[in-house]
Amino acid sequence: MDITILINLSYVFAATLFIFGLKLLGHPESARKGNFLSASAMLLAIVMTLLDQSIVSFQWIAIAMFAGAIVGFFAARLVAMTAMPEMVSLLNGIGGLASLFVAWATIEGGSSLTLFVLVATVLALLIGGITFSGSLIAWAKLSERISGRAVTFVGQAIFNGALVLAILVTAYMFVTQPTDPLYLYLAMGLALVMGIMLVMPIGGADMPVVISLLNSYSGLAACAAGFAINNNLLIVAGSLVGASGIILTKIMCKAMNRSLSNVLFSGFQAVVKSDMTIEGEVKPLSAEDAYYVLEAAQSVVVIPGYGMAVAQAQHAMKELQELLEENGAEVAYAIHPVAGRMPGHMNVLLAEADVSYEQLFEMDDINKRIENFDVAMVIGANDVVNPAAREMKGSPIYGMPVINADLAKNVFVLKRGMASGFAGIDNPLFFKENSRMIFGDAKETLNHMVRQFAD
Amino acid sequence: MEAIYLLFILMLSIFVGFELIHKVPATLHTPLMSGANAISGITVVGALALAGGPHSEYSTYLGAFAVFLATINVVGGYLVTDRMLAMFKKK
Repeated sequence: MDITILINLSYVFAATLFIFGLKLLGHPESARKGNFLSASAMLLAIVMTLLDQSIVSFQWIAIAMFAGAIVGFFAARLVAMTAMPEMVSLLNGIGGLASLFVAWATIEGGSSLTLFVLVATVLALLIGGITFSGSLIAWAKLSERISGRAVTFVGQAIFNGALVLAILVTAYMFVTQPTDPLYLYLAMGLALVMGIMLVMPIGGADMPVVISLLNSYSGLAACAAGFAINNNLLIVAGSLVGASGIILTKIMCKAMNRSLSNVLFSGFQAVVKSDMTIEGEVKPLSAEDAYYVLEAAQSVVVIPGYGMAVAQAQHAMKELQELLEENGAEVAYAIHPVAGRMPGHMNVLLAEADVSYEQLFEMDDINKRIENFDVAMVIGANDVVNPAAREMKGSPIYGMPVINADLAKNVFVLKRGMASGFAGIDNPLFFKENSRMIFGDAKETLNHMVRQFAD
Repeated sequence: MEAIYLLFILMLSIFVGFELIHKVPATLHTPLMSGANAISGITVVGALALAGGPHSEYSTYLGAFAVFLATINVVGGYLVTDRMLAMFKKK
């Protein structure tokens, strides 16, 4: 009895450390310490759980933990920062699958399966299964193993409706007849299909929302598993993760000016075609001429998009930034919430290139003072600087919060060629009086400017 | 009563979660997510009892596989978060 109390006390302590860890994650200076606190809490919880007298055999535990630690270690070491969305997707999926297996093992262990436990178990099975297959599809879309386009077919809404109904019926049958394994397998299978159906109709540009949502699901699955095995710590930790995912989902939706249901189900609706055409002339500029403007500039704001990361141009940008600063100019980076492919992705990519977090500004901070910047450099970004969102009613992105690059004194758009962005919308920014297009590979263009500064 | 008590814990911790995470700046959202991933690896605690418990052999295997998966989450999640946070520097 004593050891059980001790274990539960350590769980209380671990929950406290998780909460403190998340609190410290609120600032870049203390974030690393917060992560360490959180990891210590996890270690404490694991060690104390192993003291539990109901654990009689350690053989399989040792093998499983060792194998898991090896896989986790190498995955964390080897992943490229550009591939972080894929990594987080996979981790979401693995978390969901772990909860599914905990629920499954609980049923097979079958000691005291009360109605409450059964309901919690079936929830853990379903949420875990949906998270797993949904995350795999998200991962495949992000890593371009399958097309990033929204996949839809005729009768999709009806099919999904039937699927939800089938899941409800199966869940009910399972709870009333837990000894029949048919319903258990059926519930798992249907949950896996549901996860696929949920993510397939969502396009590549909406992936930041999907990753956040699946992150939340993986927490909720852990939470449901906590109810199934009557473990407080799982409930507390799971709901912290669930809350975090929901908040990030909300932020991402707001940044795209869309509701969550619009993101999840818009693939089912006919695409609205806008017959507005934007007319004007783009004014190209050579890297040499851009250099003279930059040399005279007092302040420069850099607006990066995922295209910058694809071109691996962030290191060249950092070099140029140092030269500009030596030249007496202020350099700031304006980061749109959906600039990367997951929340905060662009910040990590810039941090990797040694750009200080103190120079990274959020959209609202920069927009207040964008008129004061001599030059706005748009690198590999398109939709997040599109003024149509502000001034063209009827544009598909009208109303989306954007960085008002066009209000800066000069705008340089570094772009490979004249193709429209991921959302396929024409960008009036390119035709504005004060904007100049610098065509070519962003990395080469930036390196060219760096060389000119050096001369 | 047990169920009600667990629901109470759920409700309170969701509120704590919302309060805490609202304060995390956008700069740290990616590490927040991978760190949250590591925390959701807490299922390992539940899986351990199932993998080592005196249940059926089948249940042991399922539990052991859950331990394997959750350990990937814990180790991978914390390490990759630390790797990212180490890159965030002051000027």
